[in-house]
Amino acid sequence: MKTNDVILRTVTKAVVFIILTFGVELFFAGHNSPGGGFIGGLVLSSALVLLFLVHDIETVQQGIPVDFKKVAAVGVIFAVGTGVGAVLFGAAFLTQTFGVFHLPVFGDTELATVVLFEVGVALTVVGTVVTIILSISEDV
Amino acid sequence: MNNIVVLPMVIPLLAGVILIFLRSFVKVQRVLSLLAVIATGVVSISILNAIQSEGILRLDFGGWLPPYGILFVADSFSVLLVLTTAIVSTIILLYAFSTIGATRENMYFYSFVLFLIGGVNGSFLTGDLFNLFVCFEVMLLASYVLITLGGRKVQLVESIKYVVINVLSSWFFLLGIAYLYGSVGTLNMAHLSERIAEVGQGPLLTTISLIFLIVFSLKSGLLLYFWLPGSYSAPPTAIAALFGALLTKVGIYAMFRTFTLIFYHEPSITHTLIGVMAALTMIGGSIGAIAYKDVRQIVTYNVVITIGFILVGLAVSTEVAIMGSIYYLVHDMIIKALLFLLAGTMIYLTGTSRIEEMSGLIRNYPALGWLFFLTTLSLAGIPPLSGFIGKLYVGQGAVEAGSYTLLAIAFLSSMFVLYSLLQIFMNAFWGETIISEDEETPLQNRLLLPCVVLGIGTIALGIGAESIAAYVSDAATTLMNPQIYIDAVMNGNR
Repeated sequence: MKTNDVILRTVTKAVVFIILTFGVELFFAGHNSPGGGFIGGLVLSSALVLLFLVHDIETVQQGIPVDFKKVAAVGVIFAVGTGVGAVLFGAAFLTQTFGVFHLPVFGDTELATVVLFEVGVALTVVGTVVTIILSISEDV
Repeated sequence: MNNIVVLPMVIPLLAGVILIFLRSFVKVQRVLSLLAVIATGVVSISILNAIQSEGILRLDFGGWLPPYGILFVADSFSVLLVLTTAIVSTIILLYAFSTIGATRENMYFYSFVLFLIGGVNGSFLTGDLFNLFVCFEVMLLASYVLITLGGRKVQLVESIKYVVINVLSSWFFLLGIAYLYGSVGTLNMAHLSERIAEVGQGPLLTTISLIFLIVFSLKSGLLLYFWLPGSYSAPPTAIAALFGALLTKVGIYAMFRTFTLIFYHEPSITHTLIGVMAALTMIGGSIGAIAYKDVRQIVTYNVVITIGFILVGLAVSTEVAIMGSIYYLVHDMIIKALLFLLAGTMIYLTGTSRIEEMSGLIRNYPALGWLFFLTTLSLAGIPPLSGFIGKLYVGQGAVEAGSYTLLAIAFLSSMFVLYSLLQIFMNAFWGETIISEDEETPLQNRLLLPCVVLGIGTIALGIGAESIAAYVSDAATTLMNPQIYIDAVMNGNR
């Protein structure tokens, strides 16, 4: 059954980018102010879920040929990896550090290892949420 | 700073994640998962020895000092259990290699076993109540997957019960944590203990402690065990053995930790209640164990009886009784794994789980029969097997504390354990042999070997009880004197 969803599709094209931008914005707002990997990841995955709803699963998977279970696994490796990384440098497990670097375009920028941890969290959230949604939709 | 303390949780977790990428390489998965659990065992031995020389170890995550940060604390009690977990899960993995089947191996079976072990070890090691909740969830989520993996009808039926009851108890857990945080403003276990000792454990805090009692009773199956026999008999043997050996023990551990470290000021209320619940558990478990004719059911009711027995030690709360409980915990992890594997092997060989449909198996499979007999004796607590020393100390502790009723029920329940298992033995192994030699399913060595190793384990633990005596008595001393734990966490700046 094909419903007439021209409006939904057209709106989605714009809205998905707004949601994705907002997700990235939330992600980078993290670790010192409200935001971070978990919320950013949820928003990012909501954009993906919207795509799955509007188009069918096959179309989206052609566009984004990613196994989301593996995305979640990569996320966990990132998150645990930053913890283990601290151990390799002789600090306590999960120790995070930061430094101010002079980058060409951005000028003096504060780079923190916690961002890597947050990347892990975000990927895990995206992978898990999308896997859940896909599994629920497959079974019917 | 002792980064080694976190390894028993991180090794299985990382290995489990890596295995997700190796989904189609079953052989690699087997080797890696085995290596991961063995590595965990080796690490825990070295932690255990470090504790004997340096005292309790702790690791503040990210360098945030307690009570502000989250930390792992390794004392003899927790690391003994981590070590036993590693040994038992190694052997169960060996059994799983030949029995679990290619479909499950392809569906991330080993990853989830490793996540389960990571969660169990995290629960044993954490020094923060909220982190305990998180580790419980890691363990439970993995167990939800393992119990449903394969999707047979009986598994799905039982898993609904199992998931609902555990989600409910996790909710209560969260509720208790919220109340506790609201009333004393901290969740670090040592800090909690300090603050509760300062303000006194009034009626409000005692009520909160009862919420934790309900939560851990649901998780460990103390009195609230109605979900346990069903869900432990549904999954395949290797998974059931893993559950029977490990999962309830985590609840028991949490109960010991909270009621010796945090809520130990009102024993007349909390510990009496634990005693009553333990007695009822043993009675209920005994009735269940002799009422059924199904091997799986009998075995799972034996799990229930043991839970009651171990908590007798906590209920009387003398140092000797606690020592007995710790011995018995270690013994039970090994022997329950063995019992589940033997029961599963019997079902595999005969194709039925009803004991009246088995007969004379000892002629077909003598080694299996004698192993089962050995298990029966060990569970009943016959010296020199490993069950004896634990029972002796729990009994001695109960006499010291004058709780003769508990003592009587505890030892009567041992009789019922013996009776229920002898019933299996006499029905299934004695009698006329009904499987002729041409019809018998061959018992491969790879099925028998893990059982033999566990059997040797129970003998070794019984005869060599002396060798772990130092660790056990150190663990009991730490449990009975919360100040040792508090000092190690709050004052030592290692």
